Amino acid sequence: MTGKTLYDKIWDAHVAHEADDGTCLLYIDRHLVHEVTSPQAFEGLRMAGRSVRAPDKTIAVPDHNVPTTIGREDPEQMTEDSRIQVEALDKNAKDFGIHYYPVSDIRQGIVHIVGPEQGWTLPGMTVVCGDSHTATHGAFGALAHGIGTSEVEHVLATQTLIQKKSKNMKVEITGKLRPGVTAKDITLSVIGATGTAGGTGYVIEYCGEAIRDLSMEGRMTVCNMAIEGGARAGLIAPDEKTFEYVKGRPHAPKGAQFEAALDWWKTLYSDDDAHWDKVITIKGEDIAPVVTWGTSPEDVLPITGAVPSPNDFEGGKVEAAQRSLDYMGLEPGTPLSEIEIDTVFIGSCTNGRIEDLRAAAAILKGKKIKDGMRAMVVPGSGLVRAQAEEEGLADIFKDAGFEWRLAGCSMCLAMNPDQLKPGERCAATSNRNFEGRQGRGGRTHLLSPAMAAAAAVTGRLTDVRELM
Amino acid sequence: MDKFETLTGVAAPMPLVNIDTDMIIPKQFLKTIKRSGLGVNLFDEMRYDDDGNEIPDFVLNQPAYRSAEILVAGDNFGCGSSREHAPWALKDFGIKSVISTSFADIFYNNCFKNGILPIVLPQEQVDILMEDARKGENARITVDLENQTVTSSDGQSFGFEVDPFKKHCLLEGLDDIGLSLEKSASIDAFEAKAGQARPWV
Repeated sequence: MTGKTLYDKIWDAHVAHEADDGTCLLYIDRHLVHEVTSPQAFEGLRMAGRSVRAPDKTIAVPDHNVPTTIGREDPEQMTEDSRIQVEALDKNAKDFGIHYYPVSDIRQGIVHIVGPEQGWTLPGMTVVCGDSHTATHGAFGALAHGIGTSEVEHVLATQTLIQKKSKNMKVEITGKLRPGVTAKDITLSVIGATGTAGGTGYVIEYCGEAIRDLSMEGRMTVCNMAIEGGARAGLIAPDEKTFEYVKGRPHAPKGAQFEAALDWWKTLYSDDDAHWDKVITIKGEDIAPVVTWGTSPEDVLPITGAVPSPNDFEGGKVEAAQRSLDYMGLEPGTPLSEIEIDTVFIGSCTNGRIEDLRAAAAILKGKKIKDGMRAMVVPGSGLVRAQAEEEGLADIFKDAGFEWRLAGCSMCLAMNPDQLKPGERCAATSNRNFEGRQGRGGRTHLLSPAMAAAAAVTGRLTDVRELM
Repeated sequence: MDKFETLTGVAAPMPLVNIDTDMIIPKQFLKTIKRSGLGVNLFDEMRYDDDGNEIPDFVLNQPAYRSAEILVAGDNFGCGSSREHAPWALKDFGIKSVISTSFADIFYNNCFKNGILPIVLPQEQVDILMEDARKGENARITVDLENQTVTSSDGQSFGFEVDPFKKHCLLEGLDDIGLSLEKSASIDAFEAKAGQARPWV
C-alpha cells in the first residue's frame, strides 16, 4: 500500500461524511472571520433562523478596513461604509457569541497573524477564513484555505465545508539559501516558476533543507503566497520549531494535553512512499533576491535582471505583459535596479511579523530613507508592534524616517485610508501587484522586507546585498 | 438560489489572461454588507475613467455586449482574492456563465453558490468560442447544463465536465447549507469521536 502525504493524513482525520461520488463534508477546527467577507454570511444565518454551530472554534478580528494611524479610535478616521462593516462585526461577534479581538484590543491585528500568535492555529487542524491568504496557517502543518462568503455561512451553520480532495504537489527547495535571500524570495520564485495557475487543483507541500531551515515566520511567508500560485493550500510538515512556537500560546493545549497533542503532531509528515501528482524541485542556491515587474505575482525576476519585452512571452501572456508594462509605466530592457520608487510599504499577512521587522531594521539601522520618500511600517498585530518597540526596532524605523503604524491590512489592499495615488510606485512586502490593488493607478513591486528597506534608502529598487 | 438549466445569450470576449478578482470588483466596493447592487461596478477600473465616464473601448460598454450573459475569458479567470463580491457583481450585471481554459479554485466554487456556471474547455475550443463572441450580438452561444454542452452560433457543440453534486445543486437551485444540515447526525458523530481523539482542538 502506498503511503500517505501530510495532506492525505489531515484530510482523512477530518471527513465527517462522504457521499458515493466522493463529495465530503470536511470538519473545520478553526474558522477565522474578518469584517469584509462575513456580514452577508451572518445576515444569511439570521434570515434562515440558524445559529453558529461551534462559536468556540470561531474567531473574529477586524483588519481590512481599520485605519492604522495613531488615534484611530476617532470615528472620523474611518469612512462611513468601513465603520458600518466594523460595527457589523462587533455586533455579529456579540450576538453569536464568538471569540473577538476588537480594534481597541492589543491582540488585534491581521487575522492570519493573530491566529498563530494566539495559538488558535495548531498542527493537523483544518482552518478556513473568508480570505485567500488563509494558506498562511499551512506553515504549522494545518490544512488551511480561503473560502467565499457563502462557504463562510456554510461553516458557521454546519462547522463543515463541502469539499472534494485536491491533488498533491511537492515543492522541494534543496540546500541552503544564499545571503540576502529570504522566505519571500523563495515563495515569489516558486510562483515565477509555476505561474499563477500552476497550483490550481493542488495542495502544495513545501519541503527540503531550505524550508526546514526557515523560522516559523518564514514558513508562514512561504505558505501565505501558495494561493498566488493558484494552489488550494500550502503545507509544511510540523517539526521541533513548530512545537516550540506553539507551546505556551494562550489557546494551545497545556500539560498532559500538550503531550498528547505532540504524539499526534509527530505523525504529521508525508510518508517516503507517498504518491505525488506533481513534483517541483528548486535549488536553494539558485534563488536570488527577486522583485516583480508586472501586475501578476508570476511576473518575477532577480533584482539583477531587466524589464522583459512582451515578445519574450507566448499566447495570452503577450497581451497581458504589454498591458502590465503600460500600467506599470516601464520600458523593456530597463534594469530593475534603475526603477525609481516613491513609496515603501512594510507589513501585511505576508511580511508583517517580528522577523520581517527585524530584517528590515537590520538594513535601516543608522541610515535615512531617501528625501521625499513616503515609507511606512505596519506591524501585523498589536503584539508584534509592542515586541518591536521593546526590541528597539520601532526607534530604528522612526529614526530612518518611516511612519510607525498600528496593526491592520493597511496598504496591502487599500480598503482603508492607506492608499497609493495614480502613478505612485511602491516597493511593497505584500502579496499582490494587481492593477489598482494598492489604490487606483498605483504601481506595486513585490519584494522582501530587507529589499523594501534597501529601496527606501536608495529611492530605487535595490539589490539588498549591496547594503549588507 | 436561482436555477440554471439552459441559457442562450450574447457572449462577451475577454481574452486577457489572469483576470483577477480585484479587476472584476475593486476593493472600494467590498464595503457593502449586502450581496446585491454590485453590477454597476463590475470591472470598474477597466470600464470607467477617473471621472466615472464609460471607456467606450471596454467590451461591456460596447452596444453589442451591454446585455451579455456569458463571458468567454482568458486563462486563470478569477485569480486572487476570495471575495464572493466577484460572482455577486457578475450576477448582478447579468452574467450567468463564464467560459475559460481554467479558473482559480475559490472563484470557481463561489460561482456555483450564486447560480453562475463556470465552464472549463480546452484552448482550441475556447479560441473558437472567443471568435464567435467577437461577432457581437448576432452570435449567441448556448449553454446546456443538463447535457453538459456549449454550442456556438454556427452550431459547433462542445461537451464539458462538471461535478455531479454541483450540477445537481445548480439545476435544482438548491441551498447547500440545508442539504448539509440534513447530515447533522454524521457531523455530531464526527465531533464526538474527534473530541475524544483530539480534545485540545
